Parts: sequence; structure tokens; C-alpha cells
Amino acid sequence: MTAESTRSAPSDVDLDGPDRALVNLLQGGFPLSERPFAEVGWEVGLGEDEVIARLARLLDAGVLSRFGPMYNAEKLGGGLTLAAMRVPADDFERVARQVNAFPEVAHNYARDDDFNMWFVLATEEPGRVARAIAEIEEATGIEVFDMPKIEEFFVGLRFEA
Amino acid sequence: MSTPVLDDIDRRIVVATQDGLELVREPYRAVARRVGIDEAEVRRRLAAMQARGVIRRIGAVPNHYALGYLANGMTVWDVPDDRVRELGRRLGGLGFVSHCYHRPRHLPDWPFNLFAMVHGRDRATVQGHVAGMAALMEDVERGHRVLYSTRILKKTGLRLAA
Repeated sequence: MTAESTRSAPSDVDLDGPDRALVNLLQGGFPLSERPFAEVGWEVGLGEDEVIARLARLLDAGVLSRFGPMYNAEKLGGGLTLAAMRVPADDFERVARQVNAFPEVAHNYARDDDFNMWFVLATEEPGRVARAIAEIEEATGIEVFDMPKIEEFFVGLRFEA
Repeated sequence: MSTPVLDDIDRRIVVATQDGLELVREPYRAVARRVGIDEAEVRRRLAAMQARGVIRRIGAVPNHYALGYLANGMTVWDVPDDRVRELGRRLGGLGFVSHCYHRPRHLPDWPFNLFAMVHGRDRATVQGHVAGMAALMEDVERGHRVLYSTRILKKTGLRLAA
């Protein structure tokens, strides 16, 4: 389990020109070819092994959080929802531990609102979402507001490095 | 909603790649060895899963905090249900919006039905974006809030059991 604070998250990591070119290019896609790093290197003017070494460094430094296929949880046939809770400040750390202990909780964010805990539930079996919500309410004693998406208008954003 | 089923080999490919691709010259051959099929079939199946939308894309996910995008605001809007699609498409088309969804209200506690994530280098930048979004809403918006993330409590992503 990661319990990373946004304050301690790496910021302003020194990126040189080729690093920025790689981060920007690879947000758009990665070739499905036998030697994809060589193709990427051709685009940005680096050798194949140099691309691999730089990517390893960017992942280690936390500039990139993931590299590979991004799977769409719903299309995998599972259940997915966004849920929110209003947690009293004094109980926040206890409730965070209880909620995070559920393996179905994929992400959990603290937000500055009276709805102050927001988490994504992703389950292999679609029916499991409702049961997990009931179990979280039982474990924490706090109401969970289920906010599954009704329609998606846009997902994706490229951050300029 | 259509839910294309993964066959056993697809599923093994998902399990072998959900933590990321190996950083080696032939990353798909590394997957093929783990799954026990040939390299070309891995690429063919990944392309097919991408075409079906099971894979959104193959590539890199930056940590936006590390790139200096320190303000992350979930904007939530109360708009009439019969306008939510039109307004959602409009917000989703803005360059600083990363996700945009129609979600259910929970009256009376939660009146908001349109969600758009906005990222900026600081909160002042995000506030500027939100003002622009409010202007796009014309007079139909009945209220909105911006919920900034203050802490990541957990981030593991979806996991299929091996």
C-alpha cells in the first residue's frame, strides 16, 4: 500500500530536453512492434538503449508512475465506481486505514470538502461493488455515497513536461 | 453495456503487463515468454484489446505532481439532466480537463451531477480555469464546487488476480 503525501511527492525533478521529449511522446502511445524502443529513439534522436536507460531513471525518480498498457476496468468486465464519505476529522486516519485495507479500493484521495474522502472501487466481479460498499459502511460506521459514472465525456490529458 | 470477455490467454497477458512492460529491447517477447505464446501473438492480442477498448492506450503515465502540476481540483457542477451531455462534452473538450463524467446526485446531501478534473501548476491557475468553465455554463448551472486533493491515501490501480 502506498501512503504518499502530495507534499512529499517528487516535484521539479530536473528533466533535460530528451527526457521531456520522451515524457511528452510516450503519453501519446508506444509502438506495438518488435523493437519499440528503437522506434521511439528514432523519433526523439536517441539510441534504443539510451531510451531504455532514461525510462528506467524516470520511473525510479517517480516522474513516470507507470509504463505499459492502461487497462479499462469496465471493459475487463468488472465493477467500477467512485465513492465518497464525510469523515469526521478526528476519525480520518482510522477510517483511511479501514478503507484502504479493502483490496477493491484502487485509489483513495483526501479532498478539502465536507465530502473529504474519495475512493475508486474496482472489482473483478461486477456484483462485488455493492457488497464492498456495504462492508465499508459496516467497518467504518460511516455512510458511503456511491457515484458510478453514468456517461463518460472525456478521459485523457497530456501533461506538458 | 457490452463487456467483451477476455479469453484465458488475454487474461494472462493482462496479468503479465498490469504492473508495466519490462524495460528490455524486446518487451513483447518478455511478455510472450511469461505467457507461453509467441511474440507476434502478444502484439496481435494487445492490438485487438486496444481496438475493443479493453486497453485505453499503451504508453507512459506521468506523475503530474513531479511535472509541477501541484493543484488537482475535482470540479463538480449541478446542471439540468437534459443539458448534462451537451455541457459535459463542452467541458471535456477543454485542454486542462483530464476526466469528465455524468454521475448521480444524492439529494439532499449531494446535488452535483457533472464532474470534471482540472489540473494546474497552482490553485490560482485552477481557479482561473474554473471561472472559464462557469462562463461556458451560461445561465444553466445551479451551483458548483472545487474539491482539491490534499493527500493521496492509496494508489494501487486495478489488479487482476494471477
